[in-house]
Amino acid sequence: MDQTAQLVPINWYLLLSTFLFCIGVMGVLFRRNAIIILMCIELMLNSVNLLLVAFSAYSGNSDGQVFVFFIMVVAAAEVAVGLALLISIYRNIGSTDIDVLNKLKW
Amino acid sequence: MTFLGLMIPLLPLMGFLVNGLLGKYLPKGSTGWIGSIAVLASFVCVLLVFKDLGAAQTVQIDVFNWISFGKIDISFGLWIDSLTMIMLMVVTGVGFLIHLYSIGYMHGDAGFTRFFTYLNLFIFFMLLLVMGSNYLMIFIGWEGVGLCSYLLIGFWYKNDAYNDAAQKAFVMNRIGDLGFLLGMFFILFHFGTLDIQAVKELAPGLTANSTLLIGITMLLFVGAIGKSAQLPLFTWLPDAMAGPTPVSALIHAATMVTAGIYMVVRSNVLFAMAPTTLTFILWIGVATSVFAAVIGLKQNDIKKVLAYSTVSQLGLMFAALGLGAFSSGIFHLVTHAFFKALLFLGAGSVIHALHGEQDIRKMGGLKKLIPVTYLTFFLASLAISGFPLLSGFFSKDEILAHAFEQNKLVWIILFASSMLTAFYMFRLVFLTFYNDFRGTEETKHHIHESPWTMTLPLIILCVLSVIGGLLGLPAVFKMTHWLDTYLASVTEPSAALLHHGEPLSHSIEIGLMAFAGLAAIAVIVFAYRKYVSLKAMPEEDNVLTGLPKLISNKFYVDEIYESQITKPVFRMSSWLGNFFDKKIVDQAVNSTADAMGTGGRSIRTLQSGNTGAYVFAMVIGMVILFIIRLLI
Amino acid sequence: MSQLLFFSLSILTILSALVVVFTRKPMYSVLSLIVCFFTIAGHYILLNAQFLAITHVIVYAGAIMVLFLFTVMLLNLNAESDQPKSGKLRIAAMVAAGMLFVTLVASIKSTTLGEFSLPPASDNGFVQHVGQRLFTDYLLPFEISSILFLSAMIGAVVLSKKEKH
Repeated sequence: MDQTAQLVPINWYLLLSTFLFCIGVMGVLFRRNAIIILMCIELMLNSVNLLLVAFSAYSGNSDGQVFVFFIMVVAAAEVAVGLALLISIYRNIGSTDIDVLNKLKW
Repeated sequence: MTFLGLMIPLLPLMGFLVNGLLGKYLPKGSTGWIGSIAVLASFVCVLLVFKDLGAAQTVQIDVFNWISFGKIDISFGLWIDSLTMIMLMVVTGVGFLIHLYSIGYMHGDAGFTRFFTYLNLFIFFMLLLVMGSNYLMIFIGWEGVGLCSYLLIGFWYKNDAYNDAAQKAFVMNRIGDLGFLLGMFFILFHFGTLDIQAVKELAPGLTANSTLLIGITMLLFVGAIGKSAQLPLFTWLPDAMAGPTPVSALIHAATMVTAGIYMVVRSNVLFAMAPTTLTFILWIGVATSVFAAVIGLKQNDIKKVLAYSTVSQLGLMFAALGLGAFSSGIFHLVTHAFFKALLFLGAGSVIHALHGEQDIRKMGGLKKLIPVTYLTFFLASLAISGFPLLSGFFSKDEILAHAFEQNKLVWIILFASSMLTAFYMFRLVFLTFYNDFRGTEETKHHIHESPWTMTLPLIILCVLSVIGGLLGLPAVFKMTHWLDTYLASVTEPSAALLHHGEPLSHSIEIGLMAFAGLAAIAVIVFAYRKYVSLKAMPEEDNVLTGLPKLISNKFYVDEIYESQITKPVFRMSSWLGNFFDKKIVDQAVNSTADAMGTGGRSIRTLQSGNTGAYVFAMVIGMVILFIIRLLI
Repeated sequence: MSQLLFFSLSILTILSALVVVFTRKPMYSVLSLIVCFFTIAGHYILLNAQFLAITHVIVYAGAIMVLFLFTVMLLNLNAESDQPKSGKLRIAAMVAAGMLFVTLVASIKSTTLGEFSLPPASDNGFVQHVGQRLFTDYLLPFEISSILFLSAMIGAVVLSKKEKH
């Protein structure tokens, strides 16, 4: 298994995570539901995680993996607070549509 | 000695603090006694110091090191020598008598406590002025007395005219102070120190009459012109009579206005090194003396006459300084402090008796009604007129003798001025105290002699005015000139620099004295004939024509200043305010703000509040950044 | 063999990610995101990072996605509640994302990566090793992250609590 993993060039991982990241970005632009947008952000976060692990494995340095671990910590906290905010917003205005949430201006 | 020296200015300061901070909790009337006793205690300290201090001895008290940077070292220092001693005795002695007098004079005034607070503060600053060991200390006192003068002239602040007078005094003093300040800067720059004794030692090393020395002394003298009300900055002093009469006596006759003379004598070595300045001082003094005396002839306000008389006498003192006769100037300063303070206090007593009437045309016949005031006032007038053997006779005569010795023209003018003084003083005396009372019966009924707190100072000052001449008996009387000897340690260095002409022979001196004395008596008799025997009355202002009208209107000096200086300054200010500030400065600021506002209004539509749009912009931005990164 | 595995996992990942974005129903989005996360865990195993793979499944699939699922159900969101954006905006979104992809790929291509030679078999990704790193070199961040969790927990409770009137 150790040997096989190395047969995949690192560029392939680069492409894969770039693609995943762009899908995430497109989702953020594409959708109006704040929950889906939050999910797309998770997707972008994971594409970066994947790249970090890939570089960590290829360079034989475990720091990258520790970082991924901490990113997960932050992501979990972020999702908890973010969803709580969304529920609170939904309670107040009955919608999670970001086009309705346009009071933050001027 | 150090302790006593420190207590001299500190006691009035404590009086000021007690009255100023706790005054309203103290029983009414006690504040006057607190103020007076503070000054009396200070006077006692002065006497104790005087007893122990020989004529040539000095005391230096460095309270603390005040300003120290680079090579400049200025200490908060006090200095006591014979000149300081004389000034201290005048300030605290006469000051105490006037405090005592004020207890009676200001009785019942709403600002009784405030009055004594200011007076004590004034004494404190005046003491700093005369005790300062460097020019900066003198300057603190200089500014401080100016402040107190302002506060006290405008003491009855509900009257706008009084406030204007206070402001006028303050602004005119500022002009002089600027000169003093500049002079100080020059001294600091060229001598590297402000210490008076150090400057005194360094100055003789410079070229005599160099531009630098003339510049410094001229600037210092400008300060003296402002403070001591000389031409052309004298107009504030007559207006300063708006203040309560004790203030006029203390500040505008005996002490503050003589600060200029003190300062010049204090820096006599500097001035002796610049003969050009001395000549300038001489002519300013001579001109002021005769100019103010002429105006005094036609004044009808009892205090205004005395004010112009003060200006005139100050001119005489400056003339003495200009002649290089520093000790004579101080001699006249001392005797003048006695009789002029007495005259003002007497005038105050008259005003007090008449419930505020100041116009001499409405007085007359007060001789019998207020005898103590009359007698003291009469003697003081004799003293100032140069009646033989009274104090003014000796001090004036000494100055005239110096003038005769050096410049006959100066002597003639000063002599004329002295005769004018005798005339207008006795015009004042005769119109006020002789003949019949010209006011209403109602007023006459209420006329009464003042309480003892007021008459006691009058009597003491009267005694001093009469015997004050003993301080400096001329050589012809075969006695030592005490003041001259006492001040020798201060004036000697400059005496060496100035070469006087041959001293007058005793016969000429006696001749001059006799001539001056007889002339004064003749003038007094002339005034008696005119105002008592013939009962001449000053004309009403509107019937005057020609020269008398010109004199009565004080040569229109105020009006000329008003039209030539004040008005243009106001015009420029209003131009600056209405045109420059509004049209140019405000316009620039406002149009900048308007441009920002307009720009903001047009840009703010970008902030739609739509999150999608923001993300879109962010992605586009990222793309652009990457493209830029790739291309470069 | 491993290349084949990589490709099949990658295709699954991308497809499920696309479903997340394009499906109309929020429930489908959540479910396909879970699938996506499982495939990413597969990638981790392929990269010899077993500890992270397990953590990933537990944290993301187990905790975060369940939270999403709960929220979607709690708010009772359905296809009707999510009106898609107008056609122009959708095209603009796709074009923008495509441009981003192109420029990113171009950047990657223009960058010379360091030489990543094949390392000897290592146990970098095992629990023991990562645990050791966490409790020695990264002890402070580790402890601080617990405080972060605590505050996130309190924040979430406060925010989602019903306000009393």
